[in-house]
Amino acid sequence: MSPANTPTHAGRSELFLLDAERTTWHDETLWFVRQKRDKAVYATPEFQALRQLASDIKDHTLSRLAEYLEQFEAAALANGVRVHWAADAAEHNRLVLDIVRAAGASRVVKSKSMLTEECHLNPHLLANGVEVIDSDLGERIIQLRDEAPSHVVLPAIHLKKEDVGETFWQHLGTEKGLTDPQQLTEAARQHLREKFLAAEVAISGVNFAIAETGSVVVCTNEGNADLAIGLARVHIACLGMEKLLPRLSDLAVFTRLLTRSATGQPITTFTSHFTKPLPGREMHVVIVDNGRSKQLGRPDFRASLKCIRCGACMNTCPVYRRSGGHSYDFTIPGPIGAILSPNIDMRKHASLPFASTLCGSCTDVCPVKIDIHAQLYKWRQVLAAEGMLPASKQWSMKLLSRVLARPALFKAGGAVARLGLRFVPHGLTHAPGYNPWAIARELPAAPKQSFRAWYAQQPDHV
Amino acid sequence: MKVALFVPCYVDQFYPQVAIAALQLLQKLGVRAAFPKQQTCCGQPMANSGCEQEARPVYHHFVDTFQDYDYVVGPAGSCVYHVRKHFDIIDQTPAVQHVRQATLELFDFITQVLGVTELPGAYPHKVGLHLSCHSQRGLHQANESELTPVRDGQLRRLLVKLGGLELTELDRNDECCGFGGTFCVSEAAISARMGQDRLADHLRHGTQVLTGGDMSCLMHLEGLVRRRQLPLRVRHAAEIFNEAFA
Repeated sequence: MSPANTPTHAGRSELFLLDAERTTWHDETLWFVRQKRDKAVYATPEFQALRQLASDIKDHTLSRLAEYLEQFEAAALANGVRVHWAADAAEHNRLVLDIVRAAGASRVVKSKSMLTEECHLNPHLLANGVEVIDSDLGERIIQLRDEAPSHVVLPAIHLKKEDVGETFWQHLGTEKGLTDPQQLTEAARQHLREKFLAAEVAISGVNFAIAETGSVVVCTNEGNADLAIGLARVHIACLGMEKLLPRLSDLAVFTRLLTRSATGQPITTFTSHFTKPLPGREMHVVIVDNGRSKQLGRPDFRASLKCIRCGACMNTCPVYRRSGGHSYDFTIPGPIGAILSPNIDMRKHASLPFASTLCGSCTDVCPVKIDIHAQLYKWRQVLAAEGMLPASKQWSMKLLSRVLARPALFKAGGAVARLGLRFVPHGLTHAPGYNPWAIARELPAAPKQSFRAWYAQQPDHV
Repeated sequence: MKVALFVPCYVDQFYPQVAIAALQLLQKLGVRAAFPKQQTCCGQPMANSGCEQEARPVYHHFVDTFQDYDYVVGPAGSCVYHVRKHFDIIDQTPAVQHVRQATLELFDFITQVLGVTELPGAYPHKVGLHLSCHSQRGLHQANESELTPVRDGQLRRLLVKLGGLELTELDRNDECCGFGGTFCVSEAAISARMGQDRLADHLRHGTQVLTGGDMSCLMHLEGLVRRRQLPLRVRHAAEIFNEAFA
């Protein structure tokens, strides 16, 4: 069974975990990134104050989002930028295709953008005869493999260099068995250079949009967005509407937090501000809602829109590290994806808020202080209320509640369970088909006496 | 001072020795805790499964059981955290507010209320401390690696003061063990793998006795230890301190 046909996170992770060595490698690779983040954080004494400030700025912005969006639009228009509004993914894709067609273009390069992944822009452009090439190295690798990103910052983190060598051998004609990262990168560089030079339109995502200046800010380590935008006649920036910041001076707070949280770097190699088109060129900004207004209208989950897509919650999540990004079957994987996805399709993603032990590490690394684990807990309550838990779980919890509110029933039930554990054969109590606990674990050795029975026998306690 | 011992449902049924140790340890510290026998559970299994509405009668039962005590002390950080944090969905009557605030984890009670910072005795073993996420990140009983490189916490401090005890230093000081309540069965494969990874960290660094303040994490880890017959003994910290305190 392929991961796509498995309806729950648990099922998809089981498939991932079948390869124990690869799971170890995946866990250790991401833990290494988490450790780099820790070093950068420990070396920045004001880091916790910065987190609070960033959180406050985002809360404020979301509380007046409509005003800031209008301010942004007015400033961008004054700069000669064309601004478009898309209510959903389909409208976004249509608008982008219209701009490409109006430019008479058929070759597009795209730098990293989780929003265009979310909208499935690539298949739409390809189906309409437009060549679109992802220019971020990780994105290009998974594009060649026809896969979705498995991480927001490290889209190909599920792949080893051997996998990349295989992919490049198939698609770029490199020598078979090539695994040297430097040679592989050089092959990608040569291949992408041609595409950069030929592209007529450059599409980018947006990390931050500044309401007072109408600028969009794009952060990359590879400079691929800059090269593409510098060369192409038309730049289309695809902007999720929650990415607004009120003032240019607010930006510094976020550039200091973004890469320290993501990879432990002090700042991205390139932090580029795009404010107005060069003479003879076009710059477009497509502002996308696609469910964001709905999430803004959910008080318990509104804060999820503060996310700046650093990926720190993925790197730290002990579940993500051992199940891989594809196990979430949503554009944004990991803990943040698990609180964003039910807003988009509650039934499809009903298992994601349960793909967590609620350990809280995600909340503690989040640079904008989203209470991720608290929202996971709250989504579980919403999903249960909407009848989206498996029937067995809903009924067993009802029954459990009856027992636990009645001490006599609890006492009797406990005695039966302990007797069962002591006298029913091990093969039955530990049958993996009936008892998922026992697939890898022994049940507790049942004592003859419960604590309450022991206590009742103590003469000085009765 | 009227103190009640809160014995989580699974400890009552499967780990009576942990509750006995907690009771005796408190007694040695001069506190005679009562065990109100109508107590059952904090309701966390239902709430973490999304059924907190179903847990309401259990919450009310908990409050009715414990409202007449000055302190409600439990040897389980996760259950205590649940009472303190998640009993917010029922009417906040004075009784509910009192019980939420009076419910304390055993070592919080010993250090914060009794003011005891050192427990007597010796325990000459290599001991590995498993931090429960709810105790650490929920009740703030230990520092978090997300915030600081300094490994500190009240249980760690108490343990290292025992004679002859050597605390093992782990590669990952505070990674979750993968128990996670119903997660341990609904995501059984990941849960087991997380626990195995925790145990490997302990074995790599020479842990002989694995301990912690939360029996639920330890129940999961002990199940993995026994299945693989790993050379580790699993004991709740109350058992260690009670045994050392002759």
